[in-house]
Amino acid sequence: MSRMWRVGLLCGLALVAAPAHAFIAYVSNEKSNTVSVIDTDSWTVTKTIKVGQRPRGIDFTRDGKFVMVAVGDDDTIQVIDARTQAIVDSLPSGPDPELFAQDAAGNVLYVANENDNTVTVIDLEKRARLGDIQVGVEPEGMTISPDGKMLINTSETTNMAHFIDTTSRQIVANVLVDARPRFAEFKHDSSELWVSSEIGGTVSVIDPGKHEVIGKITFEIPGLRKEAIQPVGIGMTRDDKTAFVALGPANRVAVVDTATRKVTKYLLVGQRVWHMAFTPDEKYLLTTNGVSNDVSVIDVAAQKVIKTIQVGELPWGIAIAP
Amino acid sequence: MIRWLVGLIGFGLAATSALAADQVQIGVGYLGIAGTRSTLSLVEQPAENDGVAGARLAIEDNNTTGKFLNQRFTLEERRIKEGEDPVQAATALAERNGFIIADLPADALLKISDALRDRGTLLFNAGAIDERLREADCRANVIHTAPTRAMLADALGQYLVWKQWKRWLLVVGSHDEDKLFADALRRTATRFGAKIVQERSFEDKGGARRTDSGVTLIQRQMPVFTQQAPAYDVLLAADESEVFGAYLPYRTWDPRPVAGSAGLVPRSWDAAQDQWGAIQMQNRFIKLNSRRMTALDMQAWTAVRMIGEATSRTNSGDVKKVSDFIKGPDFSVAAFKGTRLTLRDWNLQLRQPILLVDGRMVVSVSPQEGFLHQVSELDTLGYDRPESKCKLK
Repeated sequence: MSRMWRVGLLCGLALVAAPAHAFIAYVSNEKSNTVSVIDTDSWTVTKTIKVGQRPRGIDFTRDGKFVMVAVGDDDTIQVIDARTQAIVDSLPSGPDPELFAQDAAGNVLYVANENDNTVTVIDLEKRARLGDIQVGVEPEGMTISPDGKMLINTSETTNMAHFIDTTSRQIVANVLVDARPRFAEFKHDSSELWVSSEIGGTVSVIDPGKHEVIGKITFEIPGLRKEAIQPVGIGMTRDDKTAFVALGPANRVAVVDTATRKVTKYLLVGQRVWHMAFTPDEKYLLTTNGVSNDVSVIDVAAQKVIKTIQVGELPWGIAIAP
Repeated sequence: MIRWLVGLIGFGLAATSALAADQVQIGVGYLGIAGTRSTLSLVEQPAENDGVAGARLAIEDNNTTGKFLNQRFTLEERRIKEGEDPVQAATALAERNGFIIADLPADALLKISDALRDRGTLLFNAGAIDERLREADCRANVIHTAPTRAMLADALGQYLVWKQWKRWLLVVGSHDEDKLFADALRRTATRFGAKIVQERSFEDKGGARRTDSGVTLIQRQMPVFTQQAPAYDVLLAADESEVFGAYLPYRTWDPRPVAGSAGLVPRSWDAAQDQWGAIQMQNRFIKLNSRRMTALDMQAWTAVRMIGEATSRTNSGDVKKVSDFIKGPDFSVAAFKGTRLTLRDWNLQLRQPILLVDGRMVVSVSPQEGFLHQVSELDTLGYDRPESKCKLK
């Protein structure tokens, strides 16, 4: 027994000691108005950047040179230079930007503006506003199809996923999902679109060609009341075989087999888990835990939580350098 | 050639009218009482459009969604003046609207629900908190978005017990609704293990609510009224009629917090509520109505949103279809309270978390941690299924 334990420990040490490519993760802290920078080699916060009011949605530009963070209460998106880790610019989003998506080339940014039921289109290079698209009440989740042709926006009170043609900027289809849809994610092969419904407690699987819900993923955790299960962030592995779904106040991330659409495991993370991001080598998945003010590190292959890192208050969004 | 042209025009016409005919019109009526009641606090004086302003916002929200489904919602408001027959007003509204949001006293609500029963109109009680409307006097055509007195009292009681403030001094007003709230608080004390150490009653002797030298007098009266009480942790005021409650905080003989109708107050909604995405709703409301959102506004908003939720899920404006869906097992609505809201199928009361507010902040939200229930923790608030006397008909 003790020998086994020792072997286990040695293996563990070997794993930790193995040279890993270090990545940089940026975490938006909704309450403390900061962005925490995490080094994935040492798993420590190396810098805390002061940003505007209520930072939430966060992502890198495609070239990896800048980090964009939506500061909702300042009605703008701030741009952080990833090299100097200082704010260098801001983008003309509409009021109360929350989540955004960019096209594959990194030229156009689409921003969900919760306060006026629009999606704002921004030219990233010119940093100019190209136009607005009217969507449902409280737009939130944003993603673009892998071929770049379809922009998806979810509206929280209208309870729909809106399919927007990126060329014409017109809505071409609306798919009704369960209450308060918050996040949308395509499979890498474009065959399915997954939309999480926070209040409905489900993830809808949509056929993006037919614009139909073809399946629903439900969650059940023994000893936990149904109301506490509130799906938000979704992460899909590159082979599309496994999906991770953050379950909010259930304090767990569900591991879903995408073939059977069944949960195979629940990983206990911090309190009120919001969003997540993979390291580019897909070895690790980092989740933001709003209430416990920390980030959980999941070993993707082992499907285990291996580390917790303290960040600022109410961590919300996360992006990792490409 | 001409025939071809005529045919084309004909086709064009048919296509346009078909499109217009496809649009589903959903009429919602709002029936309330004319005029507003007086409150002790000037800042809490309700606006003329209290309640209907929430319905108006929900109509806008429903129409934003409706444009994707070709559904169009309209709102028709009707206020009853003193002495006017509520049944007549409700019947007139029901001719044009399949759904009616009511902010009426219990008796008037019962009258109109019985009068409209055969017509199939679905009523939403957004204003009356009376227990009997969900118990002995419950009706199958009335859905309640307003919480009940017992729900409000239990929400407050759970927090006080969690806080270990279990000795209550209860001061009851002299009007019927004050006594009903006191009944609810007594029931709460028994359920959750608090003790009412003494009860006092505060007579309404009439008089003006606003006077030029009021404060001086109140400052002398309230300490005297609350002196020589047995040891207590918190004073509970049962004063729905706004006669004395708001005079009590900071003026009690012993330095004790006040709760109930003043101080820490249980409500379905508050202008200070900003959790769970509520800030977007508050902003939308202020933009539309140029004032802040009250509990009554929220109760009306929720009612109209329930209709919109059901019309979009059923893709129909048919009143029977929509009513059946709302009353069915798959219905839930999101209302910025951190959890889905559902109906208690035995009496059509909307389950909902209750906020505890002090006029500036949301102090807490009940149900409190540790109050458990086998079906829904929201059912720890108010009368539960086994206790219910309601037989829906």
